[in-house]
Amino acid sequence: MEAVFSDFDEYLKAFGLTLLLFVVSGAASLVLGLFLAALRVGPVSIMRRAAALYVIMFRNTPLLMIFVFMMFAMPRLGVTFLFVEEVRIGDWNPSAFFTRASLALTLYTSAFVCEAFRSGINAVPLGQAEAARSIGLTFGQSMRLVVLPQAGRAVIPPLTSVQVALLKNTSVAAAFGMAEAAYYMRTSLNNHADQRPEIFLMIAIGYVVLVELVTLSSYALERRWKVA
Amino acid sequence: MTAQGAEPRSTVQGEALVVLDHVDKWFGELHVLRDIDLTIHRGEVVVVIGPSGSGKSTLCRAINRLETIDKGTISLDGEPLPQEGKALAALRAEVGMVFQSFNLFAHKTILENVMLGPVKVRKQDKAAAEQRAMELLARVGIEHQAQKYPAQLSGGQQQRVAIARALAMDPKVMLFDEPTSALDPEMIKEVLDVMVDLARQGMTMVVVTHEMGFARTAADRVVFMSDGAIVEENTPEEFFTNPRSERAQDFLGKILKH
Ligand SMILES: Nc1ncnc2c1ncn2[C@@H]1O[C@H](COP(=O)(O)OP(=O)(O)OP(=O)(O)O)[C@@H](O)[C@H]1O
Ligand SMILES: [Mg+2]
Repeated sequence: MEAVFSDFDEYLKAFGLTLLLFVVSGAASLVLGLFLAALRVGPVSIMRRAAALYVIMFRNTPLLMIFVFMMFAMPRLGVTFLFVEEVRIGDWNPSAFFTRASLALTLYTSAFVCEAFRSGINAVPLGQAEAARSIGLTFGQSMRLVVLPQAGRAVIPPLTSVQVALLKNTSVAAAFGMAEAAYYMRTSLNNHADQRPEIFLMIAIGYVVLVELVTLSSYALERRWKVA
Repeated sequence: MTAQGAEPRSTVQGEALVVLDHVDKWFGELHVLRDIDLTIHRGEVVVVIGPSGSGKSTLCRAINRLETIDKGTISLDGEPLPQEGKALAALRAEVGMVFQSFNLFAHKTILENVMLGPVKVRKQDKAAAEQRAMELLARVGIEHQAQKYPAQLSGGQQQRVAIARALAMDPKVMLFDEPTSALDPEMIKEVLDVMVDLARQGMTMVVVTHEMGFARTAADRVVFMSDGAIVEENTPEEFFTNPRSERAQDFLGKILKH
């Protein structure tokens, strides 16, 4: 326990990074996943197929492989993301490394987000979309105004599991040297070999707290949409 | 209003509004629409009748391109139906559609259901759209339920709201696909009354229905379909009392027994 409390700042910082990775790739994967889902149920058959191909590729590739690709293959191909280091958001500036990790997580998670949205959209009776189109709403409008609001509630539980999985998947970044929670655990274990159980416990508590936060906010969202 | 000058005007009604010209459609191997030629004139009420699976719904849905066709052309007011995108949405705004299963937007109130199209498609301001929506709801007798959700209404009431929702777009033509077949008998009349009223006011209507009473009082023409083809067309009186084709005689024999 001491090991953790003696450098509690480091512990918090490590979980801060975990949280940041999660929030950035979580938000990005929701946007990309929703976009892919819209393509998959959309009227353009080429786009439907392209989105389906994306899902097949990224859902069926181990996350570790996507990380390897992002970290080692992309720089070889000349894609380094070094330009992001110019960007400043407050006193934080993203590293190219952080960007590559978030991108790997986003690409992977989007495939699952897409499928969660698609199952929610499919749960809305087809007649709703047909009625929306027949009063002259465009495809985008009928999605936004009629289908997605009704898919919303059905979508929250599967989306929550996808996001919880993402939260835990951020630990893969440790393997590539990102000093997030799992990385902190490894170094901490090395430095305090006598306190291994305690360190594990503290790290586990950290993840459990974060996951609970995600789950509780999803319940809150579900409740709010139930009244509406 | 282009290109339609050469079209023969066969009935007393106005000019051609919806024109189907040699329309064919297949669902895989199944030939659901066979060489359909049909012209619907402004102000005309056409009832489409025929056995289950004869392609009535497909025909109806093809007119606002909820179903695509494989051959031939369909035009509205002289313009061929657009393929996709904004132009298609604009066309659909001109064609009202009433479904067998009502399809009211389940997450919106009755009033919001009727206002959605005018506000989002026609870009009317909310106050004007609301006033018009309330007028239409009054016309179909649902003005007191405006704040309720669809699930709180009976089937007959929901279908009348669906008619009001379509009318709110000021459509050039209204399509009805078996609007009363999901309703309990005591509710059928309230919906048919609204439709008869609409017909009297000169709305152009295509109605898939087996309600012979409606066809007799409101229709100008009955179109009988069988196996994807139009087999017979006539005035309601002639068609029901004196069907010419064997298939129509057979079909009427079956439904008249009930
Ligand atoms: N999406 C589809 N895919 C394949 N076949 C279809 C599809 N929709 C309809 N069909 C078939 O096409 C034929 C015509 O269907 P349609 O719904 O137009 O008939 P209908 O005359 O409206 O019948 P009903 O009186 O039962 O409503 C039927 O045999 C039906 O099974
Ligand atoms: Mg039908």
